[in-house]
Amino acid sequence: MMKSKVSRPLTRIKQFYMLSVLLLLLSGCYGDDKGSLSANSVIYCAEGSPESFNPQTVTSGTTIDAVSYQLYDRLISFQTKDNEIGPSLAKSWHVTRDGKMITFYLRKGVSFHQTDYFTPTRPLNADDVLFSFNRLLDPAHGFHHVSGGKYPFFQSVGFSSLVEDIEKINDYTVRFKLSRADSSFLANLATDFAVILSAEYAQQLAAEDNHQKIDLQPIGTGPYKFKEYRVGSLIRYYRHENYWRDQVAIEQLVYDITPSKTARLTKLLANECDVIAYPVAHEKITEHPNLTLEAVTSFNVSYLGFNTQKPPFDNKLVRQAIAYAINKQAIIEAIYFGHAEVAKSLLPGSSWAHDESISGHGFSIDKAKALLAQAGYPDGLTMDIWALPVQRAYNPNALTTAKLIQADLQQIGVTVNIVSNYEWSTFSRLLARGEHQAVLLGWSADHPDPDNFFTPILSCASMNTGNNRAFWCDPAFDGFLYQSLQTTNTRERKKYYAQALRILSEEVPLLPIAHSRRYQARHKNVQGQLLHPFGGIDFSGVSKN
Amino acid sequence: MLVFIIRRLNLFFFTMLLLTLLTFSLSFLFPGDPLVNLSGQINATPQQLEQLKLAYKSDQGIMQQYFAYLSHLAEGDLGLSMASQTQITSEIINLLPATIELSLIALMLAMFVGIPLGFVAAVNHKKAADNVILSVAMLGYSVPVFWLGLVAILVFSIQLGWFPSAGQLSLVYEIEHVTGIQFIDILLSDSVYKWQAFRDASAHIVLPACVVATAPATIFIRLARSSMLAVLETHYIKAARAKGLTFRQIIFRHAVRNSLLQIIRHIGLQFANLVTIAMITEVIFSWPGIGRWLIESIYQRDYTGIQSGLLVLSTFIFIVHIVTDFIYAALNPLAREHNHGTS
Repeated sequence: MMKSKVSRPLTRIKQFYMLSVLLLLLSGCYGDDKGSLSANSVIYCAEGSPESFNPQTVTSGTTIDAVSYQLYDRLISFQTKDNEIGPSLAKSWHVTRDGKMITFYLRKGVSFHQTDYFTPTRPLNADDVLFSFNRLLDPAHGFHHVSGGKYPFFQSVGFSSLVEDIEKINDYTVRFKLSRADSSFLANLATDFAVILSAEYAQQLAAEDNHQKIDLQPIGTGPYKFKEYRVGSLIRYYRHENYWRDQVAIEQLVYDITPSKTARLTKLLANECDVIAYPVAHEKITEHPNLTLEAVTSFNVSYLGFNTQKPPFDNKLVRQAIAYAINKQAIIEAIYFGHAEVAKSLLPGSSWAHDESISGHGFSIDKAKALLAQAGYPDGLTMDIWALPVQRAYNPNALTTAKLIQADLQQIGVTVNIVSNYEWSTFSRLLARGEHQAVLLGWSADHPDPDNFFTPILSCASMNTGNNRAFWCDPAFDGFLYQSLQTTNTRERKKYYAQALRILSEEVPLLPIAHSRRYQARHKNVQGQLLHPFGGIDFSGVSKN
Repeated sequence: MLVFIIRRLNLFFFTMLLLTLLTFSLSFLFPGDPLVNLSGQINATPQQLEQLKLAYKSDQGIMQQYFAYLSHLAEGDLGLSMASQTQITSEIINLLPATIELSLIALMLAMFVGIPLGFVAAVNHKKAADNVILSVAMLGYSVPVFWLGLVAILVFSIQLGWFPSAGQLSLVYEIEHVTGIQFIDILLSDSVYKWQAFRDASAHIVLPACVVATAPATIFIRLARSSMLAVLETHYIKAARAKGLTFRQIIFRHAVRNSLLQIIRHIGLQFANLVTIAMITEVIFSWPGIGRWLIESIYQRDYTGIQSGLLVLSTFIFIVHIVTDFIYAALNPLAREHNHGTS
């Protein structure tokens, strides 16, 4: 009797301990079995929160990554292989001979997302296209001013002055009338920004007087539909069951918003993210058996621009001499840690207008010295280089780049003064006035049309606005750009651009230095192409095994 | 007992009053306009500013302002967060349960590991087991929590891959926010993946809970040890021994219970310490709790957030203190008299 009384508390404690140990063990059994939710979901650790769910209204890369390809489709899209334009929501299109009328024939049976806040009653038709473009073109449109009335991409390409009218021919045919021929028009329609929204959804919101929702609770035709967004924390998408293209392989796509670089890496290593944006510690990732590191060359260029209106850079030979004297490979190693490719011309290698025959300027001190002597400076000269004071994707550290160039030019007797004490807005204002001699700057393209590299940086028109930091205007060069825009024949355009590149290579108004790369790391079990050389990330073809 | 309760509630009332005075004065001590610091509306239009002035009585005397502030608090209005411009009350309601969950589980863990170990040490007083346990306790007490957290992530998440390193639950599970306590919400949810989510949540809490529990566990070891040693010295134990009870009988029938009573008193005191540790741990493990939020508010100079965060956390800790006091008093009638008198 006595004995049993004594042992009772003991057994109770024992039982309790066994239970807790069991619970601990249970929670320790953590792993992915097939058929579990995580096997059908992809978690992407993104670097920031989107500002909007409508890519028409923003240009930030974070937003485009989160929204553009997941929720929406465009009329036409860039083919992943060669960046040429191919059909998407428009199954075909026709451009008149004068290039001023473009007719799109829409695909039938494309359905919009069905969510808990909207149920579509009809598939996509011409009204949706009209709504999407009239919204940004027409200031009197009911939705124009909804998110502040700003459509930065379309405003920057002068879309409203280019498009005169959009006409609905029938339910599945839409015609754009342009004020002039412009072959970058199609490329603009294929960018991440030119998405098609649902007119029916807009109607419903207008009836509820809830216009703002169109950019916050999005409805599109894309591979995923919107479910949930918590600022600074997550975005949740589900598969669009009636997607018009191939059925999406995964059920759920989650954006885990993780601004810290190291936290993203930790989460990748600890299996909490399947894919991460902008990884650090590349070696660690490549060494890991379950991870892959991918890179794609971005559509950007970093360059050293010469003020061709000021001596000594009004002399072509001096510019060429400097071009030969700079060791670009060393800059790639030191500034980009090898994560960039040497720029041979203004255009990155992945552009369709890139021409292999233009090899740019090699690194040759002898040639540089000879050219400098020929130019009338056998004893060298003194110059200023302005280094851009902020960090940009195309140049993460302009000041150090300037120092490397300074050391290179020392060898041909050129003394370099580095100017870097201006703050960004002053810096760009003084540049626009042409107060510099030479400047380290760069350019990121909005779409893969090569015109986006030439006209904004080097045309005579951009010289007048001060955007052409070389203050260089060559009628022949401008002529090729103009001719190329007049035609839609890619082969012809390529020829014109090759001519233009040849002029640049000879005249050197600016010296292209590098095209930086964009990186991404993922687990090997996540398959499909995600990165594009321009614009956002695309999860439509992703699968997991 | 009634007098005891009234005394405690009285103490609670005055402490709260002092606390609100402190947070109220903070809005004057922080840089910027006190009205903006109080309400958190940084981009108020002139009309909104007028309304705010009226609501917070800022054109009247300081006492009126303080009472206006108190009435806002009473209505549950803590103002807007300066950083995100959302209602702080709703943010706190979202975040506080996660902190409570983490702290409670860590407290349990600390108790169930620490107290028995302390007893074992006391029973083996001045023997090898005692020394080993004491040294481990000393070590655990001295290790900085952020270092322990990082090492835990490095070893158990990155190297071994046993446990996740961040968050409360894998984001693939969509669990509706009902109580805010993750485990309860999961059990309440009608998701088909409920049990997967439950297992995932358990895996997520293991590392942070162990890290938070380490320091309190070592304290419980020492508390349990000294309290057991004290009990073993008492006359009734001696009497029991004289009666011929075996050592096990003495320990389990008399000593454990009486020494536990002493420990309960300290649990409440440990709780403040525990919440502080939990705050740091939340940052390391990206635990979506109020501690992480408060530390972020400090980084972002979100003065309204800092004020309200301080107020809510201190209130919470204070309530826990009083509750443990009540429990202790309920279990031990002697304490009521004692506390009534001097302490």
